[in-house]
Amino acid sequence: MRQPILRIEDLHTHFFTDRGEVPAVDGVDLVVHSGEVLGVVGESGCGKSVTSLSVLKLVPSPPGRIVGGRILLKGKDLVPLKEKEMRGIRGNSVSMIFQEPMTSLNPLFTVGQQIVETVRLHRGMSRKAARAHAVDMLQKVGIPRAEDIVDEYPHQLSGGMRQRVMIAMSISLNPELLIADEPTTALDVTIQAQILDLLRRLNEEQGTAVMLITHDLGVVAEMCDRVAVMYAGKVVEEGGVQDIFNHPLHPYTQGLIRSVPRMNEERERLYSIPGHVPVLSKEMQGCRFAPRCPHVMEVCLRSMPELTLQEELHSCRCWLHERPQEDAV
Amino acid sequence: MNSYLFKRITVLIPVLIGMTLIVFSIIHAIPGDPAETILGQKATEQSKEALRQQLGLDQPWLQQYFNYMGDLLQGDLGTSIRTKTPIAEEIVPYLAATLELTAASMLFATFVGVNAGIISAWKQNSWFDYMAMIIALIGVSMPIFWLGLMEQLLFALKLHWLPSIGRMDQRDPVESITNLYVIDTMLAGRWDQLWTVIKHLILPSIALGTIPMAIIARMTRSSMLEVMSSDYIRTAKAKGMSQFLVVYKHALKNSLIPVLTVVGLQTGSLLGGAVLTETIFAWPGVGRYIYEAISSRDYPVIQSGILIIAFIFVLINLLVDLLYAAVDPRINYNKG
Repeated sequence: MRQPILRIEDLHTHFFTDRGEVPAVDGVDLVVHSGEVLGVVGESGCGKSVTSLSVLKLVPSPPGRIVGGRILLKGKDLVPLKEKEMRGIRGNSVSMIFQEPMTSLNPLFTVGQQIVETVRLHRGMSRKAARAHAVDMLQKVGIPRAEDIVDEYPHQLSGGMRQRVMIAMSISLNPELLIADEPTTALDVTIQAQILDLLRRLNEEQGTAVMLITHDLGVVAEMCDRVAVMYAGKVVEEGGVQDIFNHPLHPYTQGLIRSVPRMNEERERLYSIPGHVPVLSKEMQGCRFAPRCPHVMEVCLRSMPELTLQEELHSCRCWLHERPQEDAV
Repeated sequence: MNSYLFKRITVLIPVLIGMTLIVFSIIHAIPGDPAETILGQKATEQSKEALRQQLGLDQPWLQQYFNYMGDLLQGDLGTSIRTKTPIAEEIVPYLAATLELTAASMLFATFVGVNAGIISAWKQNSWFDYMAMIIALIGVSMPIFWLGLMEQLLFALKLHWLPSIGRMDQRDPVESITNLYVIDTMLAGRWDQLWTVIKHLILPSIALGTIPMAIIARMTRSSMLEVMSSDYIRTAKAKGMSQFLVVYKHALKNSLIPVLTVVGLQTGSLLGGAVLTETIFAWPGVGRYIYEAISSRDYPVIQSGILIIAFIFVLINLLVDLLYAAVDPRINYNKG
């Protein structure tokens, strides 16, 4: 078993809004091992992005705040760390790529300046060395004419190119963990494939662990070693990518997989899980998925099941699979 | 860049011609006979007619305009009726006085305004934010003449910290070379006088700079708030940059563009001369020069004064446009 780089334990990130306290992340447990790609999937609003922002403590505050749990980076808890200590980690041992390549780069600085800045900040390289490093990084992520592009501004590049620049920037200090928050969602399909390819290659060549946030199961199947499925601020199922796709346990995961269009099947309408992700509040009882679940039982409405190990490395949070309740199925 | 500059300057030509036309027409539309104004009411019709001929006022309207333009192009702004001196010569020290005051006011307004705006946005909803925005609100609503008088009352009359009027200590003047006293005193190596010149600048600059300061502070704050919630600011934070660097490097440059517009407009209007402030502080600037010309119906001075102010305004706007392009690489010099 490989060493865990990141272990999130019972993380609670709440938003304090005018309409009350919203538990966007409500007791999430996740592990990312060194060198692996962990996919975190779920619908919009299920807490994927907030979880990933929580790791670097970048949740906009106010209104957001981590109210409980631990985030262990190689065994060291990040939650109590001061802002100054967090800055030493951000962009250095843990870096992040965001969903919107069009707006994630500062429009008034050249690509090179933005990479150089990061390198100089953490490594204190000379301007010249940092620039050479920036060109190297751009070449590494497959940008042609890297020597020219380094002096160009983001608006002179396409979306795919910008995302490559973001990746170059985030791997420029050889981080141990790369958090990619929907890195391909804003890109068109062919570019998506190239970017995913690049991430996969970096993972294999440099051994960078990747936490890939996505709502696209196709991306998960292609990229990930393990998958965590999130629903309404909680992880509902976790396991190896094969296990999850071949025999999903949680009704939500089953629903997600059924809603992927298949080329070899003729269906009149694409399946979709009925209902919506609930509006989160602290008063909620029972399983969050119960109102949409085809197998809903009485117990589901009363209390929340635990995330329990069902088979080797495959766990699920559902009363259907809780041992004492087996007879009730 | 050069072709952009060339294009911008070419566009200025019709603007400038239009300006001269408007100024010329307005002056000619004003009722009253210049010949009578110059010679007095008791002058004979004969002498008035002679003067009209001498001034070219008997010629057709269009001919007069062309004569006027011809003189302008040779740098001849006409002669003051009151003092009988060429305006081009006479206006220089007044312009310099206004320039010096405007520069000092805008320096104060921009430095204080931008920083107050940044800190207010950075510490949004803090006591600093509330205080700064209340002061800014008071600042924009305060009558300048009242502020100026209060300043004189407190800092000159009561505390004796600063002089209340004038530009420098006239008992021991420094030779005027540029008419900008800050520079003149430095050229003369008179550091003692430089200090008194600066002391003379403080009160009028604050009086004149308060409104622009308040506008700049509010503009910077709202612009910063918008920028601070953008994706690239999140990226900068995710790179591990300190809040100070994020704010002053990444956010400030992006929020500068709307602020630049305000700074440009305010500078332009201050350069037009601030009659109230100049009167209260006995500041010999363009505002007072034109004001005095209006009271004595010195038409050539009014005409040239307005033209110069309009010209400066256009120039400042050109400068601001060029600055936009310097700050924001997305503004393309060669297109559009």
